[in-house]
Amino acid sequence: MTAPLLSLRGISKSYGQIHANQGIDLDVAPESIHAVLGENGAGKSTLMKLIYGVEQPDEGTIVWDGEPLNLASPAEARRKGIGMVFQHFSLFETLTVVENIRLVVPGRKADLTERIRTLGRDFGLEVDPLAPVHALSVGERQRVEIIRCLMTKPRLLILDEPTSVLPPQSVDKLFDTLRRLRDGGVSILFISHKLEEIRAICDKATILRAGRVTGHVDPREHDAHDLARLMIGRDMPEPMPAVSQSGGEKRLEIIGLDHRPEDPFAVALSGISLTVRAGEILGIAGISGNGQSELAALISGETVLPREQRDRIYMMGKDVGTLGAAARRQLGFAFVPEDRLGRGAVPEMSLVLNSLLTAHPLGLLRHGLVEKARAKAFTSECIRQYDVRTPGPDVEAGALSGGNLQKFIVGREIMLSPKLLFVAQPTWGVDVGAASAIRRRLVALRNEGMAILVISEELEELFELCDVIQVLHHGTLSPRLETRDTRPEDIGQYMIGAHTPAAPKVLA
Amino acid sequence: MSAFSAPFLPTLVRRERASLAATLLAPPVALAVATVLNLGLYLLIGRDPVAVVYAMLFEPFLSWASFSEVLLKTGPLLLIAQGLAIGFRAKVFNIGAEGQFILGAIFASAIPIWFPQATGQWIWPMMLLLGVLGGALWASITAFWRVRLNANEILVSLMLSLVAAQLLNYLLLGPWKDPNGFNFPQSVMFQYDAMVPVLIAGTRVNVSLLLTLALSIAAWLVMQKSFLGYKLQVGGLAPRAAGYAGFNEGWAIWLSLLIGGGAAGLAGAAEVAGPIGQLQRSISTGYGYAAIIVAYLGGLHPIGIIASALFMAALYIGGDNAMVSANLPIAAVRVFQGSLLLAYLIAIAFVRYRLEWHRPIYRSKP
Repeated sequence: MTAPLLSLRGISKSYGQIHANQGIDLDVAPESIHAVLGENGAGKSTLMKLIYGVEQPDEGTIVWDGEPLNLASPAEARRKGIGMVFQHFSLFETLTVVENIRLVVPGRKADLTERIRTLGRDFGLEVDPLAPVHALSVGERQRVEIIRCLMTKPRLLILDEPTSVLPPQSVDKLFDTLRRLRDGGVSILFISHKLEEIRAICDKATILRAGRVTGHVDPREHDAHDLARLMIGRDMPEPMPAVSQSGGEKRLEIIGLDHRPEDPFAVALSGISLTVRAGEILGIAGISGNGQSELAALISGETVLPREQRDRIYMMGKDVGTLGAAARRQLGFAFVPEDRLGRGAVPEMSLVLNSLLTAHPLGLLRHGLVEKARAKAFTSECIRQYDVRTPGPDVEAGALSGGNLQKFIVGREIMLSPKLLFVAQPTWGVDVGAASAIRRRLVALRNEGMAILVISEELEELFELCDVIQVLHHGTLSPRLETRDTRPEDIGQYMIGAHTPAAPKVLA
Repeated sequence: MSAFSAPFLPTLVRRERASLAATLLAPPVALAVATVLNLGLYLLIGRDPVAVVYAMLFEPFLSWASFSEVLLKTGPLLLIAQGLAIGFRAKVFNIGAEGQFILGAIFASAIPIWFPQATGQWIWPMMLLLGVLGGALWASITAFWRVRLNANEILVSLMLSLVAAQLLNYLLLGPWKDPNGFNFPQSVMFQYDAMVPVLIAGTRVNVSLLLTLALSIAAWLVMQKSFLGYKLQVGGLAPRAAGYAGFNEGWAIWLSLLIGGGAAGLAGAAEVAGPIGQLQRSISTGYGYAAIIVAYLGGLHPIGIIASALFMAALYIGGDNAMVSANLPIAAVRVFQGSLLLAYLIAIAFVRYRLEWHRPIYRSKP
């Protein structure tokens, strides 16, 4: 076996009481694609920060190419030949591709343009160097980020959850690029929690759980089930079986909705039509930024339609387009928004006070005064039922981890026993165990006759949950696609807009 | 090894939760810092700091006569600050309490000026009510433009204060000038029934102080216990969460400004119907602005504001004392107020943040 390119021994890093990494050993071979697999909070990001010089380990050694490595900053890491592509891009939208790259890489514009084209050809990273970044798709922006890293001729490239922003077709293309890079002599550290992807592309996998390594495996020799067990420490719970339902009453109906937001950078919606019935889960697929947040605000009542736009949004059979969020909630509507801090919860307030935000009609008020004891009882019940990990109900919402706060908000909204529940990105940042608990709960509620609308980027999640899927792309919604008759690739076609909506929109 | 981060320079790091100790320590620490700074200033301008401190901070409490004057000043400061704090908690920054105070005084004065012969115990309560109305109406101009056009309430309310001062000038130089007042810009003296009854015989402290304390309790109930206060606070802390829950933003702005304006107007009415007894140019000695400091110094908490109002009132009286006994310039009190607010605002940053010093990083060598 050849000497490893990068070798970690006994790496530990703590933040106060939290041991993010404990005694991590990791070897990355030259010319390999190495997966680091783990749930949210398992310590993947911390480990990458240590390797990339953003932070320094408390203990342990890092050996790079046979030499001990002590990095004080990412700049130093880049000089040594370590590059990283973050999950959230850092590109200036108003500049062109080459201008963005020139901010980090010295050189004449013409030379850089040529080099971008060459790299694009060699590694399948086609992108127009002179195009402004705001005109690029998410996949293209990611390519720009990768090119920017490659410009400094790295020998190790770290990719943090690179596929989470891509439609299925672009994922294949990315994988092709990664294989070509590997064959060209670049090792890749690939961070993910998606098991199938790792099995498809990686030669080695290191699995983290709760800050420790739980296994080094060859992912091609294990099935997803084994990997999952190493990752979460127990068997994955079976998905809740969905009981098929005959069509219940319409709880949400949107008919030919057009909306042009005031914000010039927001996505305009056109011809949106959908129906959610009692006992049905409708999923809205698509990559974020295609109108999801605009549509969510229109459904929740945070954006109210002008008076001229009548008969566009119906809830429980009532025209609600011009009603505010509170009035819609009174009809039996509940909503879990995609952003938890600052929208679904007030970070500076305790969980008890955050319960009041939407659960105040459940007898938590008397004569306009807050019934502290009842609010506390409600909160404790929510914490217990939804397994929110927190020292107690008086803890500030901002002190909870993203996943635990999400469990709290989901719990609070479900405890309102709504007729129509709308959940945007139900499992963003939630660990695998909690995510599957949330999904099981949603299916159980559907079986009890609740109407549920879900917006999600995760196709696997939508296929597990939904009876019907519609895809949002560039502010337009695809026809209804029955989940059992649809393949992920079909959804992918709609996600990148390859499916021209020639077929008439089918309304149930 | 190379370290790029600047060594030994502290950075602000966000705390996981608000620090109760820092919350409670902020006012006394700010007071201490401001006192030291101002003492240095007094030394620089050649005054005796011991005499100044004695006159400013101790003398107001040492005699019943001066303490009753402190109580008299506490009234308007407390009333205005309670009203403003409700808005500040909702992040509605009404900076124009001075103007709302003046309008309250003008509205209240209408009765004794138009009906100087009227008698009856209904007059002074009616004047106080008119004061509330005047202040609230003046604030509603700000609320209207903020909700309608999103015009910044800080600017609108502040500029309206200047308009209010000119309106007062116009009335006192024109239609409301006392015909027998030797051309002084002031109204007639108010009749007996237009005066709020005195509470403590031998002083100028009147019944409005009781009213103010009652309203402070009401403010506590609203802000700490009621759902209405909760909704206002959510709007201030996380406007998008308020939108998500369906709390109406326009409603919160209107309510905040009407409460703040009404309270300031009431204070103005109590001033003309109390210690002053007529409408004149100098009805306010910057109460509307000083109350902003009072509100923040009290941590925007109704109970804290009672303490800070008492303190600021003592500072007013003490400043007057120091002007006489220690020959302090008239601006010194304002400088003290300003530096106190500044020190406090710096101190409360540490409620949510703490300092972290960068240590050199020691790592185990392979």
